[in-house]
Amino acid sequence: MVENRPFTQFMAYLTLALGIVIVVFPVYLAIMASTFDAATIINGNMPLTPGDQAGENYSRALFYGGVHAREPVGGMMLNSMIMALGIAIGKILISILSAYAVVYFKFPFRKTAFWIIFITLMLPVEVRIYPTYKIVADLGLLDTYTGLIMPLIASATGTLLFRQFFMTIPDELLEASKIDGAGAFRFFKDTLLPLSMTTIAALFVIQFIYGWNQYLWPLLITTKSSMQTIVIGIKKMITTTDALTEWQIAMTTAVLAMLPPVLVVIFMQRLFVKGLVETEK
Amino acid sequence: MAGVTLDTVRKIYTGNVEAVKGVSLGIEDGSFCVLVGPSGCGKSTLLRMIAGLETISDGEVKIGDRVVNQVEPADRDIAMVFQNYALYPHMSVYDNMAYGLKNRGTPKDEIEKRVKEAARILAIESFLTRKPRQLSGGQRQRVAMGRAIVRKPQVFLFDEPLSNLDAKLRVQMRVEIKRLQRALGVTSIYVTHDQVEAMTLSDKLVVMSGGQIEQVGTPSDVYRRPETRFVATFIGSPPMNILPGKVEGPGRVSVGGQVIGVADMRDGLTPGSAIEVGLRPEDVQAGGAGSSSLSMDVDFVEELGATQLFHGKVSGAEFVVQASTGQIPADTRKLTLAVDPANVHLFDPQTTKRLGKV
Repeated sequence: MVENRPFTQFMAYLTLALGIVIVVFPVYLAIMASTFDAATIINGNMPLTPGDQAGENYSRALFYGGVHAREPVGGMMLNSMIMALGIAIGKILISILSAYAVVYFKFPFRKTAFWIIFITLMLPVEVRIYPTYKIVADLGLLDTYTGLIMPLIASATGTLLFRQFFMTIPDELLEASKIDGAGAFRFFKDTLLPLSMTTIAALFVIQFIYGWNQYLWPLLITTKSSMQTIVIGIKKMITTTDALTEWQIAMTTAVLAMLPPVLVVIFMQRLFVKGLVETEK
Repeated sequence: MAGVTLDTVRKIYTGNVEAVKGVSLGIEDGSFCVLVGPSGCGKSTLLRMIAGLETISDGEVKIGDRVVNQVEPADRDIAMVFQNYALYPHMSVYDNMAYGLKNRGTPKDEIEKRVKEAARILAIESFLTRKPRQLSGGQRQRVAMGRAIVRKPQVFLFDEPLSNLDAKLRVQMRVEIKRLQRALGVTSIYVTHDQVEAMTLSDKLVVMSGGQIEQVGTPSDVYRRPETRFVATFIGSPPMNILPGKVEGPGRVSVGGQVIGVADMRDGLTPGSAIEVGLRPEDVQAGGAGSSSLSMDVDFVEELGATQLFHGKVSGAEFVVQASTGQIPADTRKLTLAVDPANVHLFDPQTTKRLGKV
């Protein structure tokens, strides 16, 4: 299609640019704020160019933490990282295996099993949070990584994504494998897994970010400050009762919190997009 | 090497759908057997039961002397070529061919030797490192065959392997498959709906319809002496003309009052009873007028280059005549067709069976 409408094109780019400015400005502001000392931010006249406190702010946040939270951001990031990785990897493992069972094995109530998994899609964590908390507490998993990770691993999105992908793989591939002497496990390892790489990458990106951004669940089950995730950490830095909020440290922490998800998206973007749109097998 | 024996093999799907209705068939060691029939006739199901990809509801399948009903596909010592090739997309051509051997624990140098040899036979040596998606249809087909060859199986199974190729390549690959089978001498079972493939490839042609075998024989047997009306109209292109007729007496039938002679006719048929008269478009001589002839009204002519097809009617029934181009003027409206009694096939209108000499 040949399109030559300079005005329309100009308007499109203008709209796009405006949108970007609206989205990017707060982020930019946070990055700038992380380079000043507390006084400059509090007096309301913070310049929009970088200040000279960056080194000081970042090293203090990472290794010492805020005055009130008193927990180094480094530790919180490690907690968040363990939680996000645990959720992403655990979810991929469970959902690829359950999708494999649902698609390739004939067992009684196979359809029922699939529909039960499917129905849980409609139940977000928040709805089942009380029973989940009760179970985790009874198992003595409060303030543990297992407690943080396990309840969030169970969900249907991944199973569904893999199921849809497996359905597009021609049956003849399974039959050829059978004739080639590959059993159920070999077929999974040698054929299905390599073909699922892009889908796995897509799911990893989504679930890593989902895990990293968890707020309600870690807030409920972690009481020790050494088990805090970074999202909780930011919250605690901002709400203070009897002292000034250390905005420069809060902003520094926010910027640090943004980094891992951004890196994951940047490095896995190509695989990610391919995994979501790829149709040619 | 081994032959394949089927003994009243049945396939019944849930819901009591009988896809294969008791098929018995013996395939000799080293022969090329083609199962041909329209879609849904059960030929693929039968092949898949031999491969072990479908369970056998009833009956027995033997490869060599071994009953394989309960044997896993991998242990049946067969290799299969699929219609869509079913190559592993993420593996190189070499790995595709080596995979089955690797799973069997064949030593590395033996695998390499066999793959190299198969690649040489199939002329695919230059792209052993490529992935299937970088290959053309014909090349993928060769890789699929290579995967079958390296295993050195007792039986090759082909499930419509040429259907995804264009016409020219199909002819070429057809010849290659035949040559390869001759060279390797492996028992082969080949499923197709294309009667040209069936005729050219087979030592033993099995025509199937509705889950049953209609006829088994050499291609020329099946062509010259079809046992049922179905086989008569299925094998041969354009298909055989079937005309409603009447028995006149021994060796004589009539079509709309025109009497023709028949060489192969069962004794003792009641004169005056209804009968179906089959004539191949290429077997009637246009223009000649003899003692045994039919008149035909021509509707239109199809040009095929070397030959022409005259479409029209013989005493009200559709009729097609094939003639060399130029033999008959294209604007002919009326034809007299000389019929050689040796080329007339008779069928029972009720049972559709051939009414030839017993």
